[in-house]
Formats: sequence, C-alpha cells, structure tokens
Amino acid sequence: MAHPVQTEAEVVESAPAGAYRRLVLRAPEAARRVRPGHFATLAVGGGTSSMLLRRAFSIHRADVEAGTIELVVAEHGPGTRELVRSRVGDRLSLIAPLGTPFPLPEGPVSALLVAGGYGSAPLFPLAEEIKRRGGQVGFILGAATEARLFGVEAARALTQDVLVVTEDGSAGLTGLVTEPLAQAIKAIDATVVHACGPMPMLRAVTGIAEELGTRCWTAVEESMACGVGICMTCVLPVVGEDGVSRFVRSCTDGPVFDGAKVRWADLGTVPADLEGAAAMGVRG
Amino acid sequence: MEPQQVDLTAPFGGRTLPNPLTTASGCAGYGRELAKFVPLDALGSVTTKTIMPYARSGRATPRMAETPSGMLNSIGLQGAGIAHFVKHELPWLAERGARVLVSIAGERLEEFAEVAEQLNGQPGVIGLELNISCPNVADRGLVFACNPATSYDVVRAVRRVADAELPVYAKLSPDVTSITEIAAACVQAGADGLSMINTTLGMAIDPVTMRPALAGTTGGVSGPAIRPIAVRCVHQVHAEMLAGRIPRVPILAMGGLRTGLDALEFALAGASGVAVGTTLFNDPAAPLRILDELRTELAARDFTSFTDAVGYAHRPVS
Repeated sequence: MAHPVQTEAEVVESAPAGAYRRLVLRAPEAARRVRPGHFATLAVGGGTSSMLLRRAFSIHRADVEAGTIELVVAEHGPGTRELVRSRVGDRLSLIAPLGTPFPLPEGPVSALLVAGGYGSAPLFPLAEEIKRRGGQVGFILGAATEARLFGVEAARALTQDVLVVTEDGSAGLTGLVTEPLAQAIKAIDATVVHACGPMPMLRAVTGIAEELGTRCWTAVEESMACGVGICMTCVLPVVGEDGVSRFVRSCTDGPVFDGAKVRWADLGTVPADLEGAAAMGVRG
Repeated sequence: MEPQQVDLTAPFGGRTLPNPLTTASGCAGYGRELAKFVPLDALGSVTTKTIMPYARSGRATPRMAETPSGMLNSIGLQGAGIAHFVKHELPWLAERGARVLVSIAGERLEEFAEVAEQLNGQPGVIGLELNISCPNVADRGLVFACNPATSYDVVRAVRRVADAELPVYAKLSPDVTSITEIAAACVQAGADGLSMINTTLGMAIDPVTMRPALAGTTGGVSGPAIRPIAVRCVHQVHAEMLAGRIPRVPILAMGGLRTGLDALEFALAGASGVAVGTTLFNDPAAPLRILDELRTELAARDFTSFTDAVGYAHRPVS
C-alpha cells in the first residue's frame, strides 16, 4: 500500500466531462506519490456532515510539477452530488494515494487497456508508462451511452488502436467491451490486459483473456467505508500465493488484482473452501 | 487555564496512560494501517479488532451501508485467529510502543478463556476487552451480553485464567432491557471495567434492489447517530455505581465520538476512558485532533485534569 497523505485540498479546476465531473485538486505531497492505479478518497462536507463515509475515486492524473491530483466524479447519490457541485476555491478533505497500483512491465510489452465508463480514468497514465518503457497500447473504451464514455480523445492521442463501444450504439460499435475483446487482443498481439470497470465486466474480460493465455490485471470496484484498510467492508475472495483463498481488502491488497486470482463467480458469497469459512458455519 | 496545562493522564488497571483515548474495536484493524495517519504511541492505548481462537472469514459482502450520521456493518468478526495475532501483529504493535487492549471473543466460554490465556505475558498487552456483544453473530441468541448469567459466566471464565495484572473489560450491548443489570453481573464476576457500547442492531433496505442492503440482512449501527444511546448507557451505569448498587469500576465509553467535546460529554457522564471508532473511517487522523480539542474543552471549563471531569454530570443540583 502506498503511503497516503491526508490533506485539505483546494479545488483548482472543476469542469464537466460528458456525464461526469473532472475535479483538479491541489495536493503537492500526495501528487508526488501517485502511481497508475492508485485511488483517492474525498470526505463529504465538513466535520459535522451527516455523511460519514468517504467516497473513493481512481486517480485520473497526478501532475507533480503543478502539485495536483485529478479525479473523475460520477453522481450516484447525495454524497457524490455534493462533491460534483464543488467549485474552484473550495477545500475538500483528500486522502491519497491509496491502494496497490498496476504492476508496470520492465521492458516493452503490448498491452490492451479495457474500461467501462469512467473506469478508464486511471488507464491513461498507465498507457504513458507502458509507452515510456518502449511498449505499445490499445484501448477498448465502452459505456452505456456516448455521454458516459470517458477519455476517448485522450486515448486517441496515445494510440491509433482505440475501439469505442456503446450499449445503445450512440458512439462506435454497438454492444459490450467484451465482444471485440478477443479480436483486439490478437490484433495488437497483446500479452497483457489491464481492465477497470464494473465487476461483471471484469469477470468477463478476465475469462476471455485467460482463454487466450493473456495476463489480465483488473482494478476492482467494491464499496468501501474507509479506503485505508481498517474497516474490512470491501473484501472479496482471492486466491493467495499459497493457493489458499481468503477475503482480502480491495482497498489495500487491491484495487488491482490478477484477474485469474479473483473468484468472480463467488463474489457476494462465503465459498466453503475460503479460509475461516467453517467458523461461519459454511461447510465444504 | 491554558489547554496545554491540562493533565490528560488516565489510570488504567495498575498503570497510568498518557491520555484516556483508545480506538474502538473493529475500527482500527491491528493498527498497521492507522499508523500511517497517527503515531500509535500517542494514543492512550490501541484496541484491536476482535480476536478469536481460530481463523474466521466473516460474512459475505455487501457488509456496509451508510445511514444518517452513521453506518451499518456486518463484518462478522473476520480475522486470522489468536496464533497469527500473537506471532505477526502483536510484536509489531509492541515495537511501536503501542499499549494494546486486546478485544477477544469466542463462541463458547472455553474459547474466550483459550484466547485470554494465550495473551498472558505477551509484550504490549495492557488489558483484555471481552466482546460479548457483537451483533454480527449467526445466532442472536449467542450474544452473551443480552443475558446477565451468560455475561457473568464469560467474565468469570476469563478472569480465572487471565494474568491478574491484566484488567479485563466487558463490552456491553445497548440492545437490552436493563444495561445496569448486565453491568452488575459483569462486575460481580470480576470485570475490572466496562466498555460501553457496542453497535446497536439495525437494518437498511436498498431502494434499487428493494432487498436488505447487507448480505447479512441486519448489522450494527455505529457513528454519531448512536452517541445519545451511549451517553445514556454510561450515565445510567455510573449512577448505579455512585448509588452503591454496582461496585465502582472504570467505564470505557464509545459510540459516535467525533470531537473533543464528545469525549468530554462521555467523561461528564462517567467515563474514565473514551474510544474513537467509526470516526476513524471518516478521519483516520482524528485521535490527535480529538485530544487537542479535549484539552481545550477541559481548560475552557477550568478542569485541570481529565479525571476531574469524570462523572461531573452526576453532581447534586445546588
């Protein structure tokens, strides 16, 4: 886990981005520590807010020179609505960087980056790192509608290999990101896939990548109360190095996991062979 | 009175802690992650997540739902067990100078005793907190703290095997008809202190799925929403102690503590120590802020020490 910084960060930019809001926050010390795949949490309201739980967002960009961190915020409920309404000059309680980032290749690789909605946010700095190491990247960016896509232009600025997919056909191909996936992996001869988006998408992407023998790193989305590793709410069943499955925290052990190690079919259950399941009355 | 002149030291068992603040069990893990935000030796003590004799996966997700001024959780006491704790977590805590109050539990009396025994003579341990009140057990009938006789039995079984120098605190549930009756049973059984309160049983329904929001259906409510319940419990039990109906033992208060003023409120109600829980999820650096605020609030009321404020709300009307 990263060494996080807790700070009152000033909003220096707040702009719409399709269906989302892009917030740029001044947090120089935190920005220096960010790696692709890290996330940040924001508190909602001040010290007397009735909404206690921090909201987690993957970090879109960290600019060390400007001392800023850029987040993409989607409105889901009263908490995110309040954050979306932040204005330049407001101060937000920020904790960043959090989580375990994407592993970076040592040399040149061909990587396919797959995202659903604003799940693409952390993939652009990752793509830059992969290219810096002499590798090449391709993108599949999907969403329900055109407005819910994020970063299509940013992807095109990095590579010619960008596929856009929307469920309603309002932009690019019609359907799900998984439909052109196998073909795209072969087309760019990808040896690794990095995926970020809703859990059913990550499960499907992992399955297709595995069939083709391609390594697949997934940045999971689980609801978190704290984001820093102390509440134990964001767990999911993952197979450890020792072959034993455990409930591990997506905030500190993740959010990036080797997709092949995540027991996607068992999310929301206590599998009988999970360490400690017997103590819950679950029998194998 | 200057805030920095206020004496925050607090007696705990046979020792004196630098201040009365600890973490509430289940809200700080085993300290490693919290240490990135606050030096653990700056806290009076660190209370661990509840430890059982064996590894326990805890419940399925979703395990959490936000509620007004609080949250619901149904973790289900996930943990790797006492052997792992003693080997991997406790030495780390001790090296950092943390004074550790270990929260323990078992499904049977013997299991409480088994865990307690393994903590005798371990470095860093300053006391045991018996979690006899977790609402996230499979069978609500297993909540020992809902019954004076079972509460008595657990405390007795642990007090019998635990090192005599380790104070044993019983953690009580607010979900009972008479918390003073349970408190009395625990003290009679040899409890050296009482922790109040554990989360209170609650539930939320997801408006999208129109099903219970938690996989475990019900969960424990925590956060500022339950603070008035906690203050009431502390006040009630302390009043019984002052009236001589329960032998006097220290009370460690927790339940929605967010500011120094909240800590003072618990002290005035009769708490000799306070714990910060759910607030850590919102603000992991809260302990140092709360201690600063507590100093200021005490000074503003001309208290020269924290202990002078303990039980102050009970003084007779003049």
